[in-house]
Amino acid sequence: MAEDRENAIISEVHKKISDAFDVFDHERNKTVDVREIGTIIRSLGCFPTEGELQEFITEIEEEEATGYIRFERFLPTMTKLLMERKFRPIPEDLLLQAFEVLDQEKKGHLGTEELTKYMTQDGEPFTQEEMEEMLSAAADPDKNVIFYKDFVSMLTVDDK
Amino acid sequence: MRPEQPPAFFNTHARFRRKTAKPCLTPLTSHHVLLSPPAAMRAALLIQRWYRQYVARLEMRRRCTWNIFQSMEYAGEQNQIKLYKFFSYLMDHFTPASSERNLIAHIFRENEVCRDAEWERYFNYKNIEVPEFYSGPHLNFPLTATNATELVEAFRTKQQLHSRYVLQLLVETWKLLRILPNINHVSTCHSKEITICGDLHGHLEDLLLVFYKNGLPSMETPYVFNGDFVDRGKNSMEILLILFAFLLVYPNDVHLNRGNHEDHIVNLRYGFTKEVLGKYRVHGKKILKLLQKIYSWLPLASVIDQKVLILHGGISDTTDLDIIAKVDRHRYVSTLRPPKQRKSSAKNKQSDQDSWDEDNMTRRRVRSMTYSSPGVSRPEVQRHSLQTLSSQVEEELRERRRRAGFSLSHGDLHNSLSSDSDSDPGENLETDAEDWKQVVDMLWSDPMPIDGCVPNEVRGGGCYWGPDITREVLEKHNLQLLIRSHECKQEGYEFCHNRKVLTIFSASNYYEVGSNRGAYIRLGPDLVPHLIQYQASRSTRDLTLRQSVGRTERSALRALREQLFAHKSDLISAFQEFDPEQTGLISLNHWATAMESVLQLGLPWRMLRSQLVNHTQDGKLNYQSWFKELAIMEPNTQLAHTNLLETLYKHHSNLETIFRIIDTDNSGLISFEEFRQTWRLLSSHLQIDISDEAISDLAQSIDFNKDGSIDINEFMEAFRLVDRTQQERSNSTLSGVHPHLLQSEHPTKTLLVSASPHFV
Repeated sequence: MAEDRENAIISEVHKKISDAFDVFDHERNKTVDVREIGTIIRSLGCFPTEGELQEFITEIEEEEATGYIRFERFLPTMTKLLMERKFRPIPEDLLLQAFEVLDQEKKGHLGTEELTKYMTQDGEPFTQEEMEEMLSAAADPDKNVIFYKDFVSMLTVDDK
Repeated sequence: MRPEQPPAFFNTHARFRRKTAKPCLTPLTSHHVLLSPPAAMRAALLIQRWYRQYVARLEMRRRCTWNIFQSMEYAGEQNQIKLYKFFSYLMDHFTPASSERNLIAHIFRENEVCRDAEWERYFNYKNIEVPEFYSGPHLNFPLTATNATELVEAFRTKQQLHSRYVLQLLVETWKLLRILPNINHVSTCHSKEITICGDLHGHLEDLLLVFYKNGLPSMETPYVFNGDFVDRGKNSMEILLILFAFLLVYPNDVHLNRGNHEDHIVNLRYGFTKEVLGKYRVHGKKILKLLQKIYSWLPLASVIDQKVLILHGGISDTTDLDIIAKVDRHRYVSTLRPPKQRKSSAKNKQSDQDSWDEDNMTRRRVRSMTYSSPGVSRPEVQRHSLQTLSSQVEEELRERRRRAGFSLSHGDLHNSLSSDSDSDPGENLETDAEDWKQVVDMLWSDPMPIDGCVPNEVRGGGCYWGPDITREVLEKHNLQLLIRSHECKQEGYEFCHNRKVLTIFSASNYYEVGSNRGAYIRLGPDLVPHLIQYQASRSTRDLTLRQSVGRTERSALRALREQLFAHKSDLISAFQEFDPEQTGLISLNHWATAMESVLQLGLPWRMLRSQLVNHTQDGKLNYQSWFKELAIMEPNTQLAHTNLLETLYKHHSNLETIFRIIDTDNSGLISFEEFRQTWRLLSSHLQIDISDEAISDLAQSIDFNKDGSIDINEFMEAFRLVDRTQQERSNSTLSGVHPHLLQSEHPTKTLLVSASPHFV
């Protein structure tokens, strides 16, 4: 009985992975561009770091990298990852805390330059493009600052 | 969490300083010095992870939206072609006595043989007066560059060209096109770069943007426009007039290729017919007639420096430019109809073009097909479809004959086929069918990633061709690149087949504002394509990724929910199959399976689930209340024939197409009798049973003026599904500055049928 249930869950997980993979399988031949793997994993609810993502890709890549990932290699590793609940979601309150750490003076906001510096020079730095996109969504255009509480609720809102 | 307290998480972790941590940020502003570097570093890392996850979710939604639009677009095309082939078949196999024949014959009016001189008389524009109060542009012929430029300027400021000038411009264009060869030969010599544009689809904004960035057509700036100038967008007429004007001024530097939308049958469904009749109430009909002629004379392809082939759709395993060069192109007024279908459809090997079998249409996955074994499946498809087709039509015919007091056996049927008068001598049959296939394949085909060539069942016309076919055809003609359009691409262009095939699409925001970019190509003597991308709408440029995704997504989901409405009873019974105990609940997995099996759109339902399903009970879906919440309100008690109503929604576009066909005088009105005939045709096409009483009731209830005729536009409008909450929210959405206003965009809203005043 428990085994049946387990199998049912796995089959459910498989279908979900397959659906997500197919969205990026433009040629409908059960492969996706390796650059899309991050999007697929993350849209399945995982929060890997760039480093973890790279490890994951190395694991499923062909021996001689082709730039494409095959579904048959992706599926088992991804299933395992979801079943073992790796790369689990980071609680929302930690996200807010993170901004508060950066906001040393407790102003409730960060300057765009300030944030840019952290995001592009520290951690796993953002590309120019990522940074611009983030600011366009986050910054108050008049004051040139980020009210990060608002921004956090925007990032977290549509998760159900 | 209150900000003034030191956040615990980061303090705890800050104790474990990692060796990899950067010592500090450089350069530092004063207050940064106070910050503990590892804590900041952790914070940054966490924010980055969160943000990247957020962007990935958005990207997934964006792709799903794209899939919805694309699969619905192709499903629509397929319906259109099925409907058309149904008519075509009836036309070919019908006894002249039958009353509907006249009606069907309207579709094929293009077969009228007329001398050119008669046409010129018919299109006489000279006695059309241009009133003094007309403030639009004036044209003088022969047209000058200044005229053409003024025309562009006038359309930019939303002026309209007087129908006298429209007709004159079209007649001149027609005369010019007739002397052009099937294949334009263009050269890049004198170090001229050639600009190539793909589908424009009535998006004047895009054409103006291309001109702005790239310059107006001239001797120095030659252009190739690769078909699909019209339909869908609001300004197809303006685009045609601009292109034709520049063609007349620079016949050696402006080249037009025909697209699959340069076809009056396609225009009936996709809006251009309506646009012309709306803009030119008096002379619209003439204009349309003349456009049919012009379409049929548009060149089919262009070749640059003998090396680069440009055509609208693509190629097939039979494509041969030498044959194409000799085709009598103006015979294909509508490429949907072969010049002689009669015998070929029964026995000929060409008949895979005729296959429109329901069973084989069921797999509609976007841009996909049955890969397994094209070589084997093809004859199978063919045989099967012909049988189905035969039996359907046989049944249909029996019924008609009975009504018409006729009796004709199956055997007689085929013998009677040759009795049609508009036929050519029999020996040309074979060549005709081959020529026609050449043209259809050019205008309708799409590339596929695997080798081979199979009928394009997703679109219903042309074929899918593989990289091997590309290689063969390019080699055979000593070409190095194939440029085609016909498919919308998110980036406006896409390479495939080892970069030997380049798709170019120039209508940005094609499905919805923000859905895709447009692009054009500049090609110099080195024949290396340079791609220039753009996005026309001013309003979207400033939107964040989230805002534009949200906006496009809402519109896609709205369209999807209309489908749900149209398929309600099928969906409910599919859900019930998964609910044998009648608990009213099903698992989300079953939900996804049922959705796909009923709607057949090839969509990633599990990915769309969070956008479509809001509430679950212990992971299960209460499907009845889901429907209530998501899709439906009964519109009107008078029309409580739920099935009829559903049918109406399901075949909304087919119905509109038939109405427009029937409305031969383009009055916008059809009689009750015509209305009944439409339904009878539709129901025999779809093999559904609709009683005459139900139709009469419907007709009575929508005769708003009680004058015995039905206004098509009003009718279609009355049955448009309107999203109530969409309207309510539109104000806040448009302002769109603050992201919070866009938060509650889940489809919890209800679809309503717009309450036309006549219904209340």
